[in-house]
Amino acid sequence: MQSTKGIWKVITASSAGTLIEWYDFYIFGSLSTIISHKFFPDTNPTAALLSTLATFAAGFIVRPFGALVFGRLGDLIGRKYTFLLTLVLMGGSTFLIGCVPGYATIGGWAPLLVLLLRLLQGLALGGEYGGAATYVAEHVPSNRRGYYTSFIQTTATLGLFLSLGVILSVRRIAGVDAFTNGDAWRYPFLLSIVLVAVSVFIRLRMNESPMFLKLKTEGKTSVNPLKESFGHKTNFKMVLLALFGATMGQGVIWYSSQFYAQNFILTKCNIEYEQANTIILIALVIATPFFIIFGSLSDKWGRKNIMLAGMLLGALLYRPIFQQLYETADTSKKVILADQTTIKYAAELVKGSTADSLHTTTITSYFEDGTKQKVTSKQKITASAEKSTATVTKETVLGETGRLNMIAYIALMVVFVTMVYGPIAAFLVELFPTRIRYTSMSLPYHIGNGVFGGLVPFIATLITTLPGTNYLSGLWYPIIVASLCFVIGSLYLSNKVNTNIGD
Amino acid sequence: MNQLKRILGLLWLLTGPILFIILITSAVHNINSNGNGDINKPLPWIIIISIFTPIVIGFMIFGWYAFKGEYDTPNP
Repeated sequence: MQSTKGIWKVITASSAGTLIEWYDFYIFGSLSTIISHKFFPDTNPTAALLSTLATFAAGFIVRPFGALVFGRLGDLIGRKYTFLLTLVLMGGSTFLIGCVPGYATIGGWAPLLVLLLRLLQGLALGGEYGGAATYVAEHVPSNRRGYYTSFIQTTATLGLFLSLGVILSVRRIAGVDAFTNGDAWRYPFLLSIVLVAVSVFIRLRMNESPMFLKLKTEGKTSVNPLKESFGHKTNFKMVLLALFGATMGQGVIWYSSQFYAQNFILTKCNIEYEQANTIILIALVIATPFFIIFGSLSDKWGRKNIMLAGMLLGALLYRPIFQQLYETADTSKKVILADQTTIKYAAELVKGSTADSLHTTTITSYFEDGTKQKVTSKQKITASAEKSTATVTKETVLGETGRLNMIAYIALMVVFVTMVYGPIAAFLVELFPTRIRYTSMSLPYHIGNGVFGGLVPFIATLITTLPGTNYLSGLWYPIIVASLCFVIGSLYLSNKVNTNIGD
Repeated sequence: MNQLKRILGLLWLLTGPILFIILITSAVHNINSNGNGDINKPLPWIIIISIFTPIVIGFMIFGWYAFKGEYDTPNP
C-alpha cells in the first residue's frame, strides 16, 4: 500500500487529467451556439445534419464505445498508459477544434473536421474516467476508499467550473463582440494544450497500479476483457445491476441539478447570461466539498444508502425547487418602481433592403427588490405596411436577495449530485474484479451518465409537446428515472462495503 | 424480500417492450419535416433508438435474472 504522500501524488496526477478532460468536453457544449454559427450554418442542410450528429453521437454512442475500447485496453496493457492515451487524444482534439477555420473559409470541410474532433473527444472521455477511478482505488487503503476516490469525483464538477470560469473571463477580457463574432471564442480551446501538457508530464512520472502489476506479474490478466465482462453471467449481472440500480439514477440527477438547472434559469427564468453563469459557478463552489464529505461518509455508512438518499431527494424535491427558481425570477409578482421605467424606440432599414424596416422597442423596468428587467420587442414592417410577428426577448438581472436565493437552490441540488456521485467510483470499483475492472465499470458509468443523463433535455422537450404540460413538466423524466433507480437499488444492491478488491 | 425481488423481476421484464413501443411511437409521432426542434428530426431518433434498443434488452435480461433469483440474498 502507498504512503499517504504517495497516495496524494496518485490522486493529484489522476484528478488533474480527469478535470482537464471534463473541461475540454464542456467548453464545446457551453460554446455550442457560437460553434454552430461558425461551423454548422442552418442554410446548409448537410452542415445542419453534421451538427445534429455532433450533438447526439458524441454523448450517446461514442462515449459508451470509448468505455469499451479503452476499458479493454486498460485491462490488457494497464491503467497508466491507457488513461495517458485518452488524455492526449482529448487534449489534441480540443486544441485542434480551436484551430479549424470556419465554414466561411473552408466550406464543408469545417463542419466535417469539427464533427470528427468532437467524436474523438467523446471517445477519449469514455475511456478516461474508468481509468482514473480504478487507478486511484487500486492505490488506496480499503477502509478509506470512498474518501480518496471522491477527489476524482470532484473533477467533473470542477471541470464545469473551470470551463465556465475560462469562458466568462475570456468573454470579459476580449469583449462580447470579439468573443461571439470574432475569434476570441477559440482561446478556451487553445488553452487546453497547455493544461494537457502539464498533466501528461505529471502522469508520465507515475507508476502502474500495484494491483494490476501484481496480476500481470502472475500472468493472471484477462485475455479477453470484453468477453469476460459481458459474456459471463456472474459478471454481466453485476454490470446490469450497476447500471439500473445506480448509474442510471446518478446520471439524471447529475445532469438535471447542473446543466438542466443552468438552461432553466437562462431560458425559462430569462436570467441575464453572465449573472446566470455566475450563479452556477458560486453554487458549484459551495457544493463541491460535499463530494469529499459524502465519499468519506460512504466508508462508514455504506455507498448504497448515500447514493439512494441523493436520488430520493432529487425525485422528491426537483419540482418544488425548480418552482422556486421560476418564482424568484417572476417579475409579475414583484413590486415595480413605475417612475423609473424607461422606454426606448428605434427604427432602421433592414440590412440589404431599401424599404423594409426593423422596429425595436426596449422597455427597462426596475423592481423594489433590486431586480431589473429588459424586454426587447423587434418587428419588421415591409414597404407595403405588412407587419411580421414581433419577437420578444426578456433579460432579467436579479437583485441581491433573488440572486442569493437562486444560488442556495442550485447549491442544494448540486449537493444531491454530490450524494449520488461522491461514493460511486468506490461503489463501481468494489463491484468488479481487478482483471476486468476497467472495462466492467466504464460501460455502466457512461451509459448512466452519458445516455440517461444526456437525454434529459431531449426527453424534457418531448414531454412538453404533450397537452396540458408546463415549464416544470420536463422534470418528470429525471424524477421517474431516479425513482425507478431508487427502487431497484434499494431492493437489489447491498450496502456492505467490499474491502477486498484485490481479488 | 427475495420473493419481492423475483416478482418485480417479472415487472422489469415486461416493462422493456413497453418502453420500446413508447419510444417508437414517440418517434413516429414527432418526426416532422416542418418542425425545427431536435425532436422533429429523424437523425436524433435513429441514434436514440439505436442506443436504447440494447439498453432495453439489458433491462429485460436484468428482469429475467431477478425473476430467476440471481439477485436473491443468500439465507444466513
